[in-house]
Amino acid sequence: MPELLSVNGLRIEATSYAPGEAPKTVTLVDGVSFSVEKGKVLGLIGESGAGKSTIGLSALAYGRGGARITGGEVKLNGTDILALGRAGIRGLRGSKVCYVAQSAAAAFNPAHRLGEQVIEASLRHGIMSRAEAEKRALHLFTILGLPNPETFGKRFPHQVSGGQLQRAMTAMALCPNPELIVFDEPTTALDVTTQIDVLAAIKHAIEETHTAALYITHDLAVVAQIADDIMVLRHGKTVEYGSTRQIIEAPREDYTRALVSVRQTARPEAVDQSSPVLTIDHVSASYGNGFKVLHDISLTLPKGQTLAIVGESGSGKSTLARVITGLLPPTEGRIRFDGAELPRTLKGRSKEQLRRIQMIYQMADTAMNPRQTVREIIGRPISFYEGIHGAKKTERVRQLLDQIEMGDRFLDRYPAELSGGQKQRVAIARALAARPELILCDEPTSALDPLVAEGILKLLLKLQEDTHVSYVFITHDIAIVRAIADSVAVMHRGRLVRFGPKSTALSPPFDDYTDLLLKSVPEMEIGWLEKVLATRRMESAGN
Amino acid sequence: MAAAGQPAAPVHDAATGGLAAGGIPPATPADPSAPVSGSPLSGPSMSGPNAWRRFVRRHPLAGLILQRLGLSVALLFAVSVMIFGGIEALPGDFATTYLGQSATPQAVANIRADLGLDRPVTTRYFEWLGGALQGDFGTSWASRNSVSEQIGKRLGNSLFLAFFAALVSIPLAVGLGMLAVQYRNRLPDKIINIVSLAAISLPEFFVGYLLIMVFAVQYGVATFPATVYDGMGFLDRLSAIALPVATLVLVVLAHMMRMTRAAILNVMSSAYVETAELKGLSAFRIIARHAAPNAVAPVVNVIALNLAYLVVGVVVVEVVFVYPGMGQYMVDAVTVRDMPVVQACGLIFAAFYIFLNMAADIIAILANPRLRHPR
Repeated sequence: MPELLSVNGLRIEATSYAPGEAPKTVTLVDGVSFSVEKGKVLGLIGESGAGKSTIGLSALAYGRGGARITGGEVKLNGTDILALGRAGIRGLRGSKVCYVAQSAAAAFNPAHRLGEQVIEASLRHGIMSRAEAEKRALHLFTILGLPNPETFGKRFPHQVSGGQLQRAMTAMALCPNPELIVFDEPTTALDVTTQIDVLAAIKHAIEETHTAALYITHDLAVVAQIADDIMVLRHGKTVEYGSTRQIIEAPREDYTRALVSVRQTARPEAVDQSSPVLTIDHVSASYGNGFKVLHDISLTLPKGQTLAIVGESGSGKSTLARVITGLLPPTEGRIRFDGAELPRTLKGRSKEQLRRIQMIYQMADTAMNPRQTVREIIGRPISFYEGIHGAKKTERVRQLLDQIEMGDRFLDRYPAELSGGQKQRVAIARALAARPELILCDEPTSALDPLVAEGILKLLLKLQEDTHVSYVFITHDIAIVRAIADSVAVMHRGRLVRFGPKSTALSPPFDDYTDLLLKSVPEMEIGWLEKVLATRRMESAGN
Repeated sequence: MAAAGQPAAPVHDAATGGLAAGGIPPATPADPSAPVSGSPLSGPSMSGPNAWRRFVRRHPLAGLILQRLGLSVALLFAVSVMIFGGIEALPGDFATTYLGQSATPQAVANIRADLGLDRPVTTRYFEWLGGALQGDFGTSWASRNSVSEQIGKRLGNSLFLAFFAALVSIPLAVGLGMLAVQYRNRLPDKIINIVSLAAISLPEFFVGYLLIMVFAVQYGVATFPATVYDGMGFLDRLSAIALPVATLVLVVLAHMMRMTRAAILNVMSSAYVETAELKGLSAFRIIARHAAPNAVAPVVNVIALNLAYLVVGVVVVEVVFVYPGMGQYMVDAVTVRDMPVVQACGLIFAAFYIFLNMAADIIAILANPRLRHPR
């Protein structure tokens, strides 16, 4: 088989302009080499900052945000594309090499119809006539399983769902008949039940069109379903490069082994069901326009335990957290906290009631004031709730930093100077500073890399042991539920479909939705996707 | 002038608020129903909040536009009250100014009775409003001429000037803005920026006199003063207004150009422009087809503000070039306390401001595909 893409000794640099420092050159990618044969898929895997997207974009001779390719060669069919001029590179992009972005919702132009955008590159490069391009787009919409393929192209991006947009983006990349497609985390922003369909559609389309692909993701279980070879990256360097089977079943490097085993932690559940700290009693809620988002939810959480609320986006799990905090008053039902009924609204609650329930958000970035130091961020609840100031406050902040395993040297740092995991730790310390009895964690790890997320989960478990705080943990990730929960609530379209201790909630017999949800979680196993799809086909044939 | 300038702010705020909420189509139509159902435009055909709500749900776009229209009318009424009340509150009146030193209490009272100023303020307001709605702004106290007739001529002149200034400045500003984006941070961008910044930094009367000195005095290629009169030929008029138009263009150009540049640059950093770039499209196509349609809303707002300025705020330029427009008419009226003229000018200026902002809002609504094509 001839090599389609061959990358040798790739080196990519960027200049960083840190505030208050002289500009310095940072190396994003260093000495990376790989090759892709016609019709094959190479998976690039690593944490954020590993350089995987940067490498993927180098196949289009593109540097995002000032990144420059400063060394090595990128050969497509034997031609070094880095040596092509501007016109040559433009002729390559969108015709020979195409790109599928992580967030199709942002990558489609909101002002134009999907069909026009899908065929645009084919027309502009003169690859096919409008009639041919439209015919091919229809064919691609069909094999990607989009609803009403004849009229799908007439719609605007905001008129279709996220999963459909991601498939439309794949159609857009496939339309000009490229030799190589770069998929940059195409399913990361999707719900698991949607991810599996998109993944199957992408795999089917790649096989159908014999297109080669670079598949970038941070999820090893996902890439195992689709790639022929895998390259593991860390800090811009190759950790391990081999066939998918070898990487999954016999990883050589410690880092790869950690990635493979990251999802396998679990802990036994607590059994004591007495003395509930939080009782939600037949709660319904709706937004201002009368749109009902929560229907008759009843839950209890015993003291010192963790209740995991699982569901997809739009299932109402974050809304439930807003109702508990009082940000969104329920339209019906009551919430009891530690035996006493909580006032429905935030305004109606006393400072003491507010102090006892704290919250940790998904995006620590946006939940912290970028102009405050760690000392101010963590110190604020201490002086607000307990009126402690000066040296005593600093002492508390130090203790809290110690509890989150960060230490004094972070006292005067700004959020921008912290890594993603450190920011989330500071957010946890801020919640703890109020000495709460209940912390609502709204997807606190879903924006983090697997290994960092694992560290945060371990920290949360340790803090629970030390302080006996209770958690309501909102997540869409079943693996996290297994790792930390005592009881589980599954939500779907604003309703509670399942609630109970972890061992019973996550074992059969299942209701239909929980069954679908559990089966959609990718497993670290080659051929898992085919197996699930085959089961589905059999089930639908049986019906 | 101040009375005319202020109403623009609330319209503008309402626009951005409405657009931000427009991101979630079901929420937007539900909100406006309450304030608008009471406005004069809701009409008898859709009486009752339920009928209006149903109409909005079926035609969200028409609902939004009707809402804007209703708001504009309501705002115009509020402005008419403010203008009338403001003038009522001014110290001194026409009678004392007119009679000057020779004013005796009896003479003042006679003139006041003559002009109807002895009647209650509400009666006079509604009389004035009723007339204004039919296009009759009363008679000037100073000249005893019909205000509407005078304003007709003056407004025509002002609009003539504003129209040609807009005709030159808007395409030039948008074009230069796009050019600056295409060559951003390179020489053409820097030149465009520096020159436009210099133009906006100079006071307009200075720019005006500078142009007069160079083109009318030194080279003698332009006409000065720019006075136009009845029966003047079209081409003569054009050559007369060349210098004031040039001055106005220089004054409004920079603002619109920089806003176009900023709006397009903002869009240029979005993911869909990266997608367009990775499709191998040409730089021009990326800007014109992928960036520009999404930059329409902010640019249109700035254009509307500048158009309003061209009609309402050109007093200084009119005075410098001795151009018989609305601004000069109003200033003359203020000095002699000729209230019917001041009121009429104020109301017409306010109407222009409100109308142009409303037009900008409606264009911005139409430019938003989420509102044009609901789910």
